[in-house]
Amino acid sequence: MTDLSMTPTVKNDTPLLTVEHLTMRFGGLVAVNDVSFTARNSEITAIIGPNGAGKTTLFNCITGFYSPTVGRMTLRHPDGKEFLLERMPGYRISQQASVARTFQNIRLFGGMSVLENLMVAQHNKLIKASGFSIAGLLGLPSYTNVERESVELAKYWLDRVRLLEFADWEAGNLPYGAQRRLEIARAMCTEPVMLCLDEPAAGLNPRESADLAEILTFIRDDHKTGVLLIEHDMSVVMTISDHVVVLDYGRKISDGDPHFVKNDPAVIRAYLGEEEGEELPPEIAADLPEVAKRAEEGA
Amino acid sequence: MTAISVSSPRAIAWPAIIKEAALTAFVALLLTVPLVGLRTVDRPTGLGLETRWNEVVAAVGLVFLGRIGICLIREGQGVLVLVLAAAAAAAGFFIKMPTEALRIILIVGGAIIAIRAAMAVRTGRSKLSQAERDKRMDRIAAKVQDASRWLGPIGVVLALAFPLTPLADRQLLDIGILLLTYVMLGWGLNIVVGLAGLLDLGYVAFYAVGAYSYALLAHYFGLSFWLCLPLAGLLAAFSGVLLGFPVLRLRGDYFAIVTLGFGEIIRIILVNWYQFTGGPNGISGIPRPSFFGIADFTRTPAEGTMAFHEMFGLEFSALHRIIFLYYLILVLALVVNFFTLRVRKLPLGRAWEALREDDIACASLGINRTNMKLAAFAIAAMFGGFAGSFFATRQGFISPESFTFIESAIILAIVVLGGMGSQIGVVVATLLVIGLPEAFRELADYRMLAFGMGMVLIMLWRPRGLLAHRDPTILLYGRKGKGAGGPAAGTAAAGGEGIAGGRAK
Ligand SMILES: Nc1ncnc2c1ncn2[C@@H]1O[C@H](COP(=O)(O)OP(=O)(O)O)[C@@H](O)[C@H]1O
Ligand SMILES: [Mg+2]
Repeated sequence: MTDLSMTPTVKNDTPLLTVEHLTMRFGGLVAVNDVSFTARNSEITAIIGPNGAGKTTLFNCITGFYSPTVGRMTLRHPDGKEFLLERMPGYRISQQASVARTFQNIRLFGGMSVLENLMVAQHNKLIKASGFSIAGLLGLPSYTNVERESVELAKYWLDRVRLLEFADWEAGNLPYGAQRRLEIARAMCTEPVMLCLDEPAAGLNPRESADLAEILTFIRDDHKTGVLLIEHDMSVVMTISDHVVVLDYGRKISDGDPHFVKNDPAVIRAYLGEEEGEELPPEIAADLPEVAKRAEEGA
Repeated sequence: MTAISVSSPRAIAWPAIIKEAALTAFVALLLTVPLVGLRTVDRPTGLGLETRWNEVVAAVGLVFLGRIGICLIREGQGVLVLVLAAAAAAAGFFIKMPTEALRIILIVGGAIIAIRAAMAVRTGRSKLSQAERDKRMDRIAAKVQDASRWLGPIGVVLALAFPLTPLADRQLLDIGILLLTYVMLGWGLNIVVGLAGLLDLGYVAFYAVGAYSYALLAHYFGLSFWLCLPLAGLLAAFSGVLLGFPVLRLRGDYFAIVTLGFGEIIRIILVNWYQFTGGPNGISGIPRPSFFGIADFTRTPAEGTMAFHEMFGLEFSALHRIIFLYYLILVLALVVNFFTLRVRKLPLGRAWEALREDDIACASLGINRTNMKLAAFAIAAMFGGFAGSFFATRQGFISPESFTFIESAIILAIVVLGGMGSQIGVVVATLLVIGLPEAFRELADYRMLAFGMGMVLIMLWRPRGLLAHRDPTILLYGRKGKGAGGPAAGTAAAGGEGIAGGRAK
């Protein structure tokens, strides 16, 4: 089904994430059904599919919120360390395997400031430096130095997502698009090797979508992070992803580069029902060149 | 009570108002008959029922009239209602009524409706919407929070100076100690409830563990207070961890119920383990604290020990020990406060607040939620334990009576009333919840009534607590902020409102 042949000679060819035969059942419902795919480092792997296809469930398995009924998920860091994600409790996947994620319904710490959100994201580093609060309570320099570095990292990401001037705002008071970007910045502050984004462009206007595409390509190219992207917005997916996996009713129906997937009859059928027709819904197809242009202008 | 309905002087729809009031009165009747009308009494022949129809009639009548009042306020007759309600309250105050209950109901009911009417009249005039008023209250809370920067130290200095003033007699010092004990408990519970967002309904259990730890250690091993204080804290923290391990996996309501159960279990163990804890009779003769183990607060010290007044060459006074206890609890409370203020700015405190905001997001950031919650629980329990052993040494006698659920409820009420997470809010709420009843001791019978009414009012008026306002723990642009938005939540909220409005268009 999937091409699992690995060529470990070139680093970038070693998959960052290998998912094999992943199945997740909720009672009688099979939300994810025998899905296998790989995602590579410094690549954007998009996971697309109609509503209810099981994309979020797949994410929840990878990030440890669900433990899958069947299947194996291996994460291999660029330095060679390997993690079997299905065996790790939720928070360890972020803490040790360095997988970060965002949520389909934004989950910020709404009552805390933007900067605080990013400081919480660096919790594990900071709490160790604070000597589990003892050095911190005493205000020892070993802690204050690390804290200063953390603020610098937060500032760096705030700058990247163009929220630097809002650093002291309450996160819940930011406009919607800014909250989406902040959630990405927060995930990046955990310094992940893989970033999982669940519909980051949902509810954004075309301009904001183009911004988002720019941020994602930056993360991929400059931070060598693997990005796993669930997205409905075809314009975003087709322009920036290197690799697309298509799910429908929990099954993988297509897997390949964007061009291949776009022309795959199985995908067209899933999106348009049984009738043969255009490659994509007309409104999406019409949008494509324009958004692509804008993304290029932005870059 | 919107601004639109206030100004129009249209005809009053009496039938609709009467119907609404009658319906409300009927509901009140259904509730008051079993709750107020019937009362079980102990008779020599067994349990008997006593009826109190007067009170039922009075309550239903009040609800009926009150509802009419509220309807009239809605119809724009705020001034009229204000006058009538104030008259009713005054009548209750000055004219002799057939029953005491009727009198209280007239006074309190009249006062509440008068306040409502006054608020309606004012909002009608100022044309402020509910949201704007909320925001204004938020701004007041923010100002108080801001002012606490200098109010806090002034308060501490006043509290420190108080025993040295001639004002400080035995009674006032005792009230001061009582207040400070609750402030300390409130600050302790604030860590769990206000910061970590875990609704703990059994905090008194840790207070009890601390008190009994000291009492029993002193009773069986003759250990001194100064040795027992840390031990009691440790034991309470240990019991917090013990309870926390199985319970912290539970969410929200389930968690609250289990902590409630835990509080009761501790109390029931204390009552029933007669041989060890003295059962319902409690433990008496708990040693009083010495002056840091150096000197005792007695007129005639035992062989080989020193007396405090001799050591400092003072006249013996029974007040010395009270003053010492006062300073002791003041220092203990300030330690809790200092800890909380400090830990909020550390990763541990930030993780607690993040857990309160969204614990799923915390898991996605690699935060070990169980450990963080356990830490909150254990630390709060430790402070509860300190307060407990202080309570034991101050009273010299403890029994399970002192550790009933109502204590947990009062401490929780202090935290919630003050505004979750607000340190100064706890102080204000303690003054209201503990201080006012102490000041009006004659009215002790109506204490719970007033307490309940206060809570209902707060829920209606400011559901997040009196001084609910959160200051960010770290600022990039300093307190004055820069340009767009600025750091103060008030400004940020206003900015956010603008954006929200923009989005809605
Ligand atoms: N926790 C759950 N319990 C039961 N069913 C679930 C649960 N989570 C998801 N599902 C079901 O699994 C299917 C896939 O959902 P989801 O992964 O959210 O789809 P999407 O591709 O839109 O993100 C849906 O039918 C959904 O109802
Ligand atoms: Mg989804």
